Amino acid sequence: MMLRKILTVLALFALWLLMSGIYKPLVVWLGVGSSLIAVMVVRRMDDAADADSLEVNLKLFATVRYWAWLMVEIAKSNWAVSKIILSPVMRLNQHHFIVPCTQKTNLGQTIFANSITLTPGTISVDVEGSGFLVHALSYEDETLPGLADMDARVTNIESVPE
Amino acid sequence: MTWMLIVDIVSWILILAGSAFTIIGAVGTMRFPDFWSRLHAASVSESAGMLLLITGMCLQSGLTLVTVKLLIIAAFILITGPTSTHAVANAALTSGEKPKSDVIGEGDV
Repeated sequence: MMLRKILTVLALFALWLLMSGIYKPLVVWLGVGSSLIAVMVVRRMDDAADADSLEVNLKLFATVRYWAWLMVEIAKSNWAVSKIILSPVMRLNQHHFIVPCTQKTNLGQTIFANSITLTPGTISVDVEGSGFLVHALSYEDETLPGLADMDARVTNIESVPE
Repeated sequence: MTWMLIVDIVSWILILAGSAFTIIGAVGTMRFPDFWSRLHAASVSESAGMLLLITGMCLQSGLTLVTVKLLIIAAFILITGPTSTHAVANAALTSGEKPKSDVIGEGDV
């Protein structure tokens, strides 16, 4: 756990350096001090409370590839929604439906739900059983298969230890 | 010099496109008929508008600390944006705003 503490201090200090942009000795030492104090406080709170730590079970390269794919999807759906907004007759086809999700971790489910909301035209509203209640602006036959494809891609970036 | 000019032109195209998408999102928020469709219009400003504007501003500032801060802002908005949209949608559902459904068919709730 010592390694984890040291890495946290280093990450916080790097963030301080990037954010401040002032490299006078006093300011840099204040950064060192506040990184150390922040980690100490968090450790103390962890000991007092539940010591719950976030586990990121994601494959690195698959996650990067997923983000690239998601950016293309965001571009496509932005274009579609913008066309609806600017057309004289707004052809809305609103619908709410349940999309099954197959992720095993909470983080995976969160990524899937946030990806649904991030692409304009679909919003994840609630969790219903083993799926999400999704509201779509212009529901088509391809909407549900498209979201199932996204679901499979998110499940693919999870690395769950068997 | 020409390289600077090209970067300048590309960044201005991105900034103008981002502004356009932000305005389109605002127009959609006004034009759409009800709560649920307006949520969708707002997310146009939030995703395309924000991403294009920040990419354009990154090109303007080059390899500086400002670019790092802009990228951190983009990362935060990409996570907090959908989360707050979801929170609003969920609160509306909980307080009895019925999601509109014009389509009746399979996968119905």
